[in-house]
Amino acid sequence: MIAAGTVSITLGEVAASLALIAVAIAVSFWRRAELEQDIAVAVIRSFLQLTAVGYVIQAIFDSDSLWLVAALLAGMVGFGAWTARGRAKGVPDATGPIVLALAVAAAVTLGLVIALGIFKAEPRYLVPVGGMVIGNSMTAVAVALNRLADEMHDGRRQIEAMLALGATSFQAARAIVARSLRSGMIPLVDSTKTTGIVFFPGTMVGMLIAGAEPVDAVRLQLVLLWVLLGAVALSGLIATSLGYRGFFTDSHQLREQPPP
Amino acid sequence: MSLSIPYGSTALLGPSGSGKSTLLRLLNRLADPDAGVVRFHGTDVRELDPLDLRRRVGLVPQLPAPVPGSVADNVRFGPRLEGREVDPEPPVRLAGLDPSFLDRDASRLSVGEQQRVMLARALALEPEMLLLDEPTASLDADATAAVEHALRNLHDLSYVLVTHNAEQADRLTERTIRLEQGRVHR
Repeated sequence: MIAAGTVSITLGEVAASLALIAVAIAVSFWRRAELEQDIAVAVIRSFLQLTAVGYVIQAIFDSDSLWLVAALLAGMVGFGAWTARGRAKGVPDATGPIVLALAVAAAVTLGLVIALGIFKAEPRYLVPVGGMVIGNSMTAVAVALNRLADEMHDGRRQIEAMLALGATSFQAARAIVARSLRSGMIPLVDSTKTTGIVFFPGTMVGMLIAGAEPVDAVRLQLVLLWVLLGAVALSGLIATSLGYRGFFTDSHQLREQPPP
Repeated sequence: MSLSIPYGSTALLGPSGSGKSTLLRLLNRLADPDAGVVRFHGTDVRELDPLDLRRRVGLVPQLPAPVPGSVADNVRFGPRLEGREVDPEPPVRLAGLDPSFLDRDASRLSVGEQQRVMLARALALEPEMLLLDEPTASLDADATAAVEHALRNLHDLSYVLVTHNAEQADRLTERTIRLEQGRVHR
């Protein structure tokens, strides 16, 4: 049994939690949600990916090398950019802006929390915080760019009417860029508002289970939530501010676009 | 295809799909031709600043596309893009709308009224020339008459009217250029 004060969990205990997966699959089968296969893939992928990254993190902790931390975070940026790119197919030439958004968000937020003395520049802090920053930024960027593509497609007539009045590409896209940034940030803003009331965030849950004092668990959670808000704002800003340009030529013309 | 459009009012007449609207978009550089040259006062338009060109050659779109806000907000929109404030009343009068429309929400007007707001918005930039892309295609008879009346009162302004309606071309313009399948039909 998992008990307070210990952080040692057997494979048997992990396997026992599959009972809840059985419930999920049963629900899907019963109501014909047709998610059984996806749930199975999700379970297998989460097991393999987390196990693999567990060994990688262990190796990095053992080596205590900041270079390896940087390499791991760079890999996360690459994979996160690839995932976000897939969800933002309607944005032309989006790869560069997405990579830049994730990389800058990670570098600036990690740099700040170290400079402010919140965390030490050690793998034990940089790896998990960096992973959270990149993961949340990836989701925000994907949502924002998806919205950007939809609105640029639906708003074509309005945008061209503004261009015809002598608006620059930026002036014509400004309202859409603002709404896209907003839609990327809102989920985290809302969950930060309701945190502790409607749901307990993962870090706090993890620390409480691992036996930390509630006050410490809460403080660490606050730091992480606030760091994430900054990271998500930064990555959303970069992705939308650069992403909209792919829709225009240098002569402030709207490019022909396939539907998103 | 080769054609020149002189001062005054010119109709580009042709069936849908004949390339009228595309041709219009080349004139203010909302698009560039795959081949060939468009000249404005003898200068290749690609050598002009596209934003300046679009202020000098205003476009009224086929369907109204107002920005959120009042009629006055819409009329001020173009000049504000370059940091200028204008009195919205003269262009609104010129477009055949009563100044009482200025404070009304543009998105709540009828399509015919919105189309005259589009005309006023283009006029607010004091263009040398207007491009009118089937400005009455989506309007009923009364609204069409109102827009045509406004256009006939633009005495000193050159404009190019794209239309598929030969009678409208005769009513509104001094000369007509017929387009068929992307070619000038003389």
